[in-house]
Amino acid sequence: MYFLKRLLALIPLLLVITFLAFVLVRVAPGGPFDKERAPASPEIERALKEKFHLDEPLLKQYGRWLWGMLHGDFGPSLKYRNHNVTDIILQGLPVSLALGALAFGFALGVGIPAGVWMAVRRGQTADYSMGFITVLAVCVPGFVVGPLLVMQLAIELRWFPVALWATPWHVVLPTVALGLFFAGKVSRLMRESMTEVLQKEFIMTARAKGLTDSGILLKHALKPALLPVISYAGPMLADLLTGSFVIENIFQIPGIGVFLVNSSLNRDYPMVVGLVVLYAAMLLVLNLLVDLAYTRIDKRVKLD
Amino acid sequence: MLNRAVSLLATLACCALIGACGRREPPADLTILNGAEPESLDPAIMTGQPDLRVCNALFEGLTRYDPKTGEAIPGLAERWEISPDLRTYTFHLRSNAVWSTGEPITAADCVYSWRRVLDPKIAAEYSGQLFFVKNAEEFNTGKITDPAQVGIRAPGPRVFQVELNSPVPFFLNLCSFGTLCVVPRGHVERHGDRWLMVAPVPVSGPYVLEAWRLNDKIRLRKNPRYWDAANTHSEIVDLLPITSPNTALNLFATGEADIIWDKTLVPTELLDELRKRPDFHTFDYIGSYFIRFNVTRKPFDDVRVRQALTMAIDKRRLTERITRGGEKTATHHTPPGVAGYRAPEGLAHNPDQARRLLVAAGFPGGRGFPRFNYLFNANAGGGAKTDEKIAVELQAMWKQELGIDVELRSQEWKVYLATQRQLDYDTCRSSWIGDYNDANTFLDMFMSNNGNNRTGWKSARYDALVRQANQQAGPRERERLFQQAELLLIRDETVIAPLYFYTGFFAFDPNRIEGIYANVIDQHPIQSIRRRK
Repeated sequence: MYFLKRLLALIPLLLVITFLAFVLVRVAPGGPFDKERAPASPEIERALKEKFHLDEPLLKQYGRWLWGMLHGDFGPSLKYRNHNVTDIILQGLPVSLALGALAFGFALGVGIPAGVWMAVRRGQTADYSMGFITVLAVCVPGFVVGPLLVMQLAIELRWFPVALWATPWHVVLPTVALGLFFAGKVSRLMRESMTEVLQKEFIMTARAKGLTDSGILLKHALKPALLPVISYAGPMLADLLTGSFVIENIFQIPGIGVFLVNSSLNRDYPMVVGLVVLYAAMLLVLNLLVDLAYTRIDKRVKLD
Repeated sequence: MLNRAVSLLATLACCALIGACGRREPPADLTILNGAEPESLDPAIMTGQPDLRVCNALFEGLTRYDPKTGEAIPGLAERWEISPDLRTYTFHLRSNAVWSTGEPITAADCVYSWRRVLDPKIAAEYSGQLFFVKNAEEFNTGKITDPAQVGIRAPGPRVFQVELNSPVPFFLNLCSFGTLCVVPRGHVERHGDRWLMVAPVPVSGPYVLEAWRLNDKIRLRKNPRYWDAANTHSEIVDLLPITSPNTALNLFATGEADIIWDKTLVPTELLDELRKRPDFHTFDYIGSYFIRFNVTRKPFDDVRVRQALTMAIDKRRLTERITRGGEKTATHHTPPGVAGYRAPEGLAHNPDQARRLLVAAGFPGGRGFPRFNYLFNANAGGGAKTDEKIAVELQAMWKQELGIDVELRSQEWKVYLATQRQLDYDTCRSSWIGDYNDANTFLDMFMSNNGNNRTGWKSARYDALVRQANQQAGPRERERLFQQAELLLIRDETVIAPLYFYTGFFAFDPNRIEGIYANVIDQHPIQSIRRRK
């Protein structure tokens, strides 16, 4: 019931977002059909605008768009005129989602063990050197990591392909380049919470009972130490699913991030609005899911 | 909870991997890095060069490009007759020209295709390519509504006749251009704007469109029914849309791509290195880089000011320090190599004369010269920033030689275009690539009412010269009139300051790839290219 209420509340919010996107992108100077070569006569330009209803009043255009969207039609792309926005999204979104999910798996798969390891070796050289690496991972942006990985692992050593998206081998470098920052963050979080948990009394009790170190770590300490990581996982997933533009560009991945940026540069109005709606909906739903997940993890949190 | 989360993640990751490697496609015989993603492959709609290259592989015109010279050779038409007044062309279509689906290609298909380009409802941006045809402009702009009045007819099933407004010496070349290619009527009418996305698309050219995934690849497969299929050398060709020069170079260096053929894909930082390599090739082609002056604004309404600014520029510094691709400096607008035309020399680099002109215009030593702006487009996505470097260099030269201050104004591409069109600038970076190999494509753009003029300059004399040139049947007289027009543009009125002519680039290993040749129009028909066995 609560979930349904929250879900319904998203609708007016999405409407406001679409309207803003619709108006703002049209306020920007220049239009979708501005090119270095002007059409041979002004009539052609008029015909173009008429064809795509850009000559109508803004509200009418918005109404037309809204009506189309309710029928699952986001309109034609004004830049890629043989395609419509829905096709482009359906084609690129799975790739971006896959890349995001893989990077998410990488961030958790690398970040959690690294954090635990640092917590166990707290104060030792291993902790500091690993700590240095994780800080580096957080500080160096993807557009530096990506080319570095390509240079070393793809061009020098020829272990992986330099770009494109075809076989599992193609997936490795972009996943790492995208996930590294988050892996660093997760490991920092994990280290702090694990350190804290390891000083709790129930751990001392477990030690007193004579359990092995690894047993204590895996059976008793890991679960409570994971809580902060899980609460970070929601926003992280949202970031990964929506923020892969740079990596997609470097590795020439046919995802949708490139369109999100280029569509506004191209003044591809329907494309901009379609993608804004999509991303807004994704972010809102993910946030909602995180809220729900809190109640499952921490019984003290009540929704209402 | 934790277990479930982990298993969910694992499933997601597996799906991703399966999704990534799910498309098991045979490897291509030829992989080409084609520059930006084509906006359209519809002959009537496409405008960009990456679009055009693919379009010409799918659809053929009455003529096609010779792979070596770029000149027109017989395409769908096996021969033609030209009337003595050079205004009527009668094309005879090949009897063995068929669509990839088997039906014959008829003169009625040609009539349909050209009328479609002119149909105001299609809103074809390049419809101007057909304005040489009688009544084409009138029909396209709605002054007449009966398509039968347009000067194209099909007197027989394989005879196609065109009536022109005036002799057009490059008309046969124009017939190879993408816009004039022949499209399948039934399929287009059935599927509307999305006809290229509904497989199988009947094509008239050497390749069929096997797949077109935006931002991923275009896959072409040999069309066995093409009339000249015996000379289509590669079975499967992939064209990848790439916009990052570094990624392009990486793919090429590791052998994942055979050819790079877009000038935007050359990392200019590495040019000095690249030009030494045997697999890297440069060639001249018909493109011009220049500055537009807004003649409606003070002090650029004074021709002496425009001349002073032009003569103060040391163009060699731009090509040697910045572009570095072996570009030729320019004093005129129409590039060398344009067929049947020798452009007149314009203003040479002469700082002393430039200073004198500025004195005459009332700004001795640059004193009292208002601060003005130089508009250029910012390169999005970390490109080579050539335009920005040139802007900075110009700023320094004008300051040093003339003592005047220019403010650099960088704008994002679409804003830049809008600013240019609205004449909201003082001076502005500009470029032009010829659509066809003739001086007209460089000169008619500055006629008073041409949408590409964008300088505010209106000259009745210039208009008359260009118009007269286009009425001439004799090539000498035509050239002479064009030269007079060009002198007005670059010397007497100095509406623009030509800087340099573009160099075309491509990368391929001549030991592995053959059938690709340099030519001034930068056209390289895909069917003639192949890997060496």
